[in-house]
Amino acid sequence: MIDAPLDEKRKQQMIDALSRVVGKKSILYRYEDVMAYECDGYTIHKGLPAAVVFPSNTEEVAAIVSYLHQQQIPFIPRGAGTGLSGGATALNGEVIISLVRMNKLLHVDYDNRRAVVQPGYINLKLSNSIASKGYYYAPDPSSQATCTIGGNVGENAGGAHCLKYGVTTNHVLGLEVVLPNGQIRRFGGTLDTPGYDVLGLLTGSEGTLAIVTEITVRILKKPQEVSTVLALFDKVTDASQAASDIIACGIIPAALEMMDAMAIHGVESGNYPVGYPKDLAAVLIIEVDGIAAGLQEQIEEIMQVCKNHHVREVRKAKDAAERARWWANRKTAFGAMGTISPDYLVQDGVIPRSKLPEVLERIGQISKQYGLRIANVFHAGDGNLHPLILFDSRVEGETERAVEAGSAVLKACADAGGSITGEHGVGVEKMEDMRFIFNDIEIEAQMQLRDVFNPNSLCNPHKMFPKPARCVEMKRLSRKVPAVNI
Amino acid sequence: MVKTSNLSSFLWEDAPDENKFSECVHCGMCLEACPTYQETGLEHHSPRGRVYLIKSAAEGKLQLNNYFKEPIDSCLACRACETACPSGVQVGALIEETRGQLYHATPAKGAGRVVQKLFLRDIFPSPKRMQLLGKMTRLYQKSGLQSSARKLKLLRVLPAHLQEMEAALPKLKTSPLLGRGGELYSAYGEKRATVAMITGCVMDVVYSDVNEATLNVLRRNGCDVWIPKAQKCCGALHLHAGDREQAKQLAKHNIDVFLSNEVDAIIINAAGCGSTLKEYDELLKNDVRYAERSHLFAEKTKDVSEFLVDLGLIAPKGKLDMKVTYHDACHLAHAQGIRQAPREILEMIPGLVVEAMPDSDRCCGSAGIYNITQPEMASQLLERKMNDIPSGCDAVAMGNPGCMMQFQVGVVKHHRSEQIVHTIQLLNDAYEREDSDGGMPT
Repeated sequence: MIDAPLDEKRKQQMIDALSRVVGKKSILYRYEDVMAYECDGYTIHKGLPAAVVFPSNTEEVAAIVSYLHQQQIPFIPRGAGTGLSGGATALNGEVIISLVRMNKLLHVDYDNRRAVVQPGYINLKLSNSIASKGYYYAPDPSSQATCTIGGNVGENAGGAHCLKYGVTTNHVLGLEVVLPNGQIRRFGGTLDTPGYDVLGLLTGSEGTLAIVTEITVRILKKPQEVSTVLALFDKVTDASQAASDIIACGIIPAALEMMDAMAIHGVESGNYPVGYPKDLAAVLIIEVDGIAAGLQEQIEEIMQVCKNHHVREVRKAKDAAERARWWANRKTAFGAMGTISPDYLVQDGVIPRSKLPEVLERIGQISKQYGLRIANVFHAGDGNLHPLILFDSRVEGETERAVEAGSAVLKACADAGGSITGEHGVGVEKMEDMRFIFNDIEIEAQMQLRDVFNPNSLCNPHKMFPKPARCVEMKRLSRKVPAVNI
Repeated sequence: MVKTSNLSSFLWEDAPDENKFSECVHCGMCLEACPTYQETGLEHHSPRGRVYLIKSAAEGKLQLNNYFKEPIDSCLACRACETACPSGVQVGALIEETRGQLYHATPAKGAGRVVQKLFLRDIFPSPKRMQLLGKMTRLYQKSGLQSSARKLKLLRVLPAHLQEMEAALPKLKTSPLLGRGGELYSAYGEKRATVAMITGCVMDVVYSDVNEATLNVLRRNGCDVWIPKAQKCCGALHLHAGDREQAKQLAKHNIDVFLSNEVDAIIINAAGCGSTLKEYDELLKNDVRYAERSHLFAEKTKDVSEFLVDLGLIAPKGKLDMKVTYHDACHLAHAQGIRQAPREILEMIPGLVVEAMPDSDRCCGSAGIYNITQPEMASQLLERKMNDIPSGCDAVAMGNPGCMMQFQVGVVKHHRSEQIVHTIQLLNDAYEREDSDGGMPT
């Protein structure tokens, strides 16, 4: 694999070759044109790609990848670039293969409740397209209005409503992929297939195994009724205890979200304020859905749990418009941080629900220790925390401190028996933090698995696993890993 | 790390404001709101990408050359991204400020320069020359010159998009409202407010009937209307093109003229002008002499629809048996946040059936002079817009002359039959129908 930037001559040859595949209008390589591709939603690490190429179908992806494989030039698949761990960042001048022009809904099979989409198809567009027939696509990352389903598969994206309905991997029924050597392969397609769960392996592989070119997803019938409760608390501990107790009493809400005072300050300064009181410590948004009968009882039970924990105010959304306002506020929480800080680093730790109060306290200590504000937005229902570490990259040393604070937060999550990522992926951001939960042998086992698909690590290299590589990796460099045909 | 401003490629006055671009945290929520990103899928032709380029130039990582200019020029300045942005990043203002820098760094050359100077410096700032242009156009249309030119196919020397525009140019029936009669018009019936009216340039030359309707509607709603003869172009087109100096001159002139009398509101019926007028304080923020008055002016400026709804519209009784749909002009919906008022007006007209247009707030491609400078993208957006018009509509209503002209091009080009109207024209029609049914207003 070529790890150093391409020299001018080879770069020109590559541009000529790729232009022959996709046409001159579908490749960017000028400095000014690729500048905007320097990073995705994670902005701390950056890198200019050698080129950005825009295939319009699977065959073009295969042709591009075949050429790059033949030339041993590394490459990265990219969707909308809303990822939060730097998965689509060309750290070493890789070629970006942008899937945004493969953005069609190919087929909807209502009888069997599935839809076939291209990877660049926007998440929310799927739900919108099938809404009139009473269906929707369940995984709903906060960026769903702009992120692509291909990217969702790459990161195994979650979302507010994944508490009840599961994350992306629970909704992928089939995949067509282009392997890092340019071959086209299909996996799954029916509800279950014998043998290993390759779909499960590919989903969340962060572009390190293959490039997804077509996805068959499960679609669901819209619930008969939806009901949403907003609960305002004066103490974070009360809110987190209430969240824990709601689940403990047997209710599985469709969503159970929490924001703390700093996060509320951010969203209220942004474009979609709800009008929360200024002195609030925490807010919970709890949504239940399903068959209309019985829903009201659940709502009453939830309100009672909140009351048991000294809630200041708890009420039900009076209509769909009010519910939409609450959600618009919550779902723009990350982006709204721009109103209170020029930069943020969002973490993605997962912890057992019952540990919520103690981990939040630890995060408070980390905030003080590093002298950086931390806003907490999280999927309280499944213990997926999103501490937003606020910093100013223009201030000397602050970026480094933010990264260290982020790592400390993940350590706290791992120590509490949790994990370093729930839905944003490892990317470049959390490579080193993988050591918090895996030892060398476990990491090596995963890298061997990667080698089966991506033997020379041409596809999205230097991501997901810690570096510098362990001794095993050093040894690997000295021998050529044989390509395996899948 | 170094403070960005030391290395900045922005060397001229009114450089893009660091506080504005540092608010962007690169989340990408704006991407799908952007018409040019929807069409191209290119990050640097998206709001997030453009802001990133502006930030990079401010950090000295990009020079102000033509490659940098291209994505800045391709922006429609429709501000749909501002509606989508969680942090409320002012992308429109950043683009205008950047164009101001490019105006100096990459000045137009050759024919482009002549045309730019002719329109921006000579014609638009002068109401008389604008009116002369209108007279010449009317002469062209009436004298038979237009039909001869069309018959002889002389127009084929023009680029295709200008031919399409020529074909769609509405018949200019009446002379401009500005300077036609006196300056003062009194309210019909009980007086409820005193307002000044801005007649606009394109609106008054091409659609003086809309201005007549606006004047009539305001008077019917109890307004004394003052139309100062000394008013000039608002400067929106200059601002879009980066000619901030001329825009500031015009802004100061208009502030002096309109604030010389006490009025309750300054009324505009063109969304593009309205958004610029309401942002005079932003334009003149570095001018201490105008700081206070530009703010006052901006506060008093109201789109005619928002003003009427706030005042309490007198319901028309005349019936219009029509089905219409409403298009949100970008500079009304995204830049001024006015979505409900025009719809409320339409809902109050007896007999009128209003059918919603899908994605009604997506840009039609008009965007000031965008349809002249970027015809390919404008034409793609227009085609999508035409496909979005619900079937069976008699008319499409909107609140901006640029959109009206663009829709007119679409209707002619796609052989459609909808009338293209300003919201206020329908309201005025309903009032007039009321008169013919039951006597003149008192």
